[in-house]
Parts: sequence; C-alpha cells; structure tokens
Amino acid sequence: MDPIFIGETLLKLLSGVPLALELAVSSIALGALVGLMIALLRLSGVWLLISAAWAYVLVIRSVPLLVLLFLFYYGLGQFAAVRASILWPFLREPYWCALFALTINTSAYAAEIIRGGLLSVSHGEKEAARACGMSGLLMFRRIILPLAIRQAIPAYSNEMIAMVKATSLASLVTLMEISGIATTIAAETYRPVEVYVAAGIVYLTLNLILTRAVGLLEYRLNPHRRPAPHAVAAKGGISQ
Amino acid sequence: MKELGFFDLIGFGPEGWGATLLAGAGMTVIVALCGFAIGLLIGTLGTWAKVSGGPIVRKAAEIYTNVLRGVPDLLVIYLVYFGGSAILTSIWTFYGASGFVSFPGFIAGSLAIGVTSGALNIEVLRGGLSAVNRGEIEAAYAFGMPRLLLFRRIIAPLVLRHALPGLGNSWLSVLKESSLLSVTGIAELLRQAQVAAGSTNRPFDFFIAAGILYIVLAAISGLFVLFAERHFSRGTRRA
Repeated sequence: MDPIFIGETLLKLLSGVPLALELAVSSIALGALVGLMIALLRLSGVWLLISAAWAYVLVIRSVPLLVLLFLFYYGLGQFAAVRASILWPFLREPYWCALFALTINTSAYAAEIIRGGLLSVSHGEKEAARACGMSGLLMFRRIILPLAIRQAIPAYSNEMIAMVKATSLASLVTLMEISGIATTIAAETYRPVEVYVAAGIVYLTLNLILTRAVGLLEYRLNPHRRPAPHAVAAKGGISQ
Repeated sequence: MKELGFFDLIGFGPEGWGATLLAGAGMTVIVALCGFAIGLLIGTLGTWAKVSGGPIVRKAAEIYTNVLRGVPDLLVIYLVYFGGSAILTSIWTFYGASGFVSFPGFIAGSLAIGVTSGALNIEVLRGGLSAVNRGEIEAAYAFGMPRLLLFRRIIAPLVLRHALPGLGNSWLSVLKESSLLSVTGIAELLRQAQVAAGSTNRPFDFFIAAGILYIVLAAISGLFVLFAERHFSRGTRRA
C-alpha cells in the first residue's frame, strides 16, 4: 500500500466521474418516470394492465443487470433488422446500451417504491382534495404525487446509491468511467489493489455526498415533522 | 447450412449448449450458496458486534457496513481477487519461489459475495433481533439456559422468523451478484452463456437463455423462502 500512488490514481480517476454521474443521473431520472408509469399501471384496476406491470417488475428484478447489459450490447446486433433500423446508431454505442440497461433495471425497483408511496397517501387527504372540488388529474398532480414522493424518498435513496454503484458495470462494455479507467491503470501499473482501493474511495465519496443531499431534501420536504420554531424558542426560554 | 433455431441452440442435441448452460447454472447456485453462507456468518458476527460489542468493535462493524454499502460489488470482487493473489504471491516469494500466484477464482468469488452480502445481512439480522420480544429472552434466562442453548433454541428461531423476508432479498441479490463473477473467469451461468455466444455468434439467444435461467432460479428460491417463512411462523397468528 502506497498512499502517494493511491493519491495520484485518485486524481486520474476523477476524470471518469462526469461520465459515471451522467449515467447515474439520467438512468435514475428516466427510471423514475418509467417506474411511475409501471406503478400507475399496477394500481390501474384493469386486470390485464396489472398483470403486465406485475410480470415486468418480477422479470426485471430477477435478471442480473449484467445479463441485461450484455443482451443490449452484444445481443441486439445479432439481428439484421436491428442493424438496419433507425435505432442502430444508438444501440451500437455502449453508452446508450448501458443507459437503457440501467434505466430498465432501476425502473422495476422504482415502480415498487413509488407504488408504496402512492398507496401510503391517506384517504382523508384525497377526500379533502375532492371536497375542494379538485378533478382527478389535478388531485393527482397537487396532492397524491407530492405526498407519495415525500413518502418514497428514504427508500428511493437506497435505489439511487445502488444505481451509482451499478454504473461500474458500464466498464464491462468498454465505457471509460471510474471503473473503466481504474482497470486501465491497473493493467498499466500492475498494482490492481491500490488502484481499486482508490476507485472505491471515489465511489464511497460520491455515495456519501448523495446520502447527505437526499437527507437534506428529506429534511426540507418534511417541515411538519420538525418542532415549530416558537416551540424551540420557548424551550430555550425555560432552560435559561 | 440451415440457421439453427433457439431451441436447437439451447437444447441438448448435437448443436445444443443445454448441458453447458445447466452446468453454469449449477455453478452459479454453488458459488452463491457458499457466498451466502459466508455472508450469514459475517452477518451474525457483525450483528453480535453491533448489539453487544464494545465501542471499538461496534464502530468497526459500523464502518464495515457503511463502506460496503458505498462501494460497487464489481470493485469488491476485483479487490478480493487481486488482493488475494497479491497476498498469496508474497507468501510464495517469502518461501523462496518466484512468479505470480493467482488466487483460486471460486474462493475469491464466494469470499467477495460473502463480504458484500454480509454487510446487508448485518442490517437485516439486527432488524430481526430488535423485533424479538425481550421478555422471551428473559424467560429463557429465568429457566437457567446457558448462552449457547439460548441462542440456538430461542434467539435464532425468533430472529429468523422476523428476518426471513430480508434474508430472502439478500439471497436474491447474492444470486444476481454472482453473475459479476464471470469477470474472474469462474464458469458460472453468465460466463458459460458468453462462451456459447462467442462460439456460435448468437449472443442474443444465449443471453436470453441465461436470463430465463436466472428467473427460474429466482422463482425457485422465492418458493423456498415462502416455505421457510411458513415454517418459522408456526404458532403466530396471521392478521
């Protein structure tokens, strides 16, 4: 273990952070949208849609992400029809394959988390919205969705961390993000242990920042759980 | 030559790779089971450390879970594999031999999986332990049970009752994580699918087949978890 070498490697690995973050942020954002749609299908009350959404979640959650990634990157090029289609410029690029695979993977987990959030919205709040004369869509946009999102955030932060970690798999389809650069350096210097320790530090830092940011967001979104400002003042007054 | 169909490729005929894929699936199950066993051991010890350890031991267990939660599984696999090889090589050179000694992939793989799932299991088991009624443990003490008997007869079954759903999830993630071991060259399911895809030039068919096999494995384990939950929930009332 050579701290100076680890430090130097750390600096080199930082050039892979933008790509890793880009993959993580776009797959989390897209995955949340797809997940919301799946969750809505699951709660739609139509038998066919419910079972389709259920099957989607079940299948995607049981298939390893790496299999999905290889299926997109290596598998789809097998078909002449795919190679001739307008999507081929996208599907040929490892970046888009990684993004698709990550998005589909996270969407299944997101669907379950969002469904839990949607189910947690209490009847009283919906009834209050109805009593104010809100239409279904307005109620969904103003009342149900914000409450569901607030409820889902703690569980969702775990999924976000999982996605940041999952971007490391992109290195296996030749993308040069943090792990990709680390593998290259390890092959050049023959010092894999130190290089991967450095890469671990980078991921750990990213996830630490992410956890803090989500914690802050949770704090901001839950003012009703904090003691009222005057209550704090009164408490201070008593202790003086 | 006639284009081979999907079922010719994954079947057991002369052109089929069915036996290879099944052997891969068997390897996946074995390496995942070994990893999960190590993970359970680490989880139990870690829970013990977190619940009744001194300040240093508790802090160490906490750092372990936090670090493992933030580091990608792939890196853990690389670290265990290369780190193990480095240690073995240095031991080897200490005894006068020269050259690189590679760490056996299977041991490295199950260790890597065990280390990551161990971090997960600590949280799961701690949750299960906190759900156990203190009165039941006190009752066992009142009967004069020695600690080991108390653990075997009272704590372990009760913790398992509460922790089984979490442990089931942990097992599923172990099963999926084992696919990453293909990078170290272990002949597990994904690796075999890659080999077959490479020699037949039909990657889509084989990765779909691998995906289906993973779904089957997950479904079977789901059934096991269901039965185990029923077994350990005997005597409880269902709401």
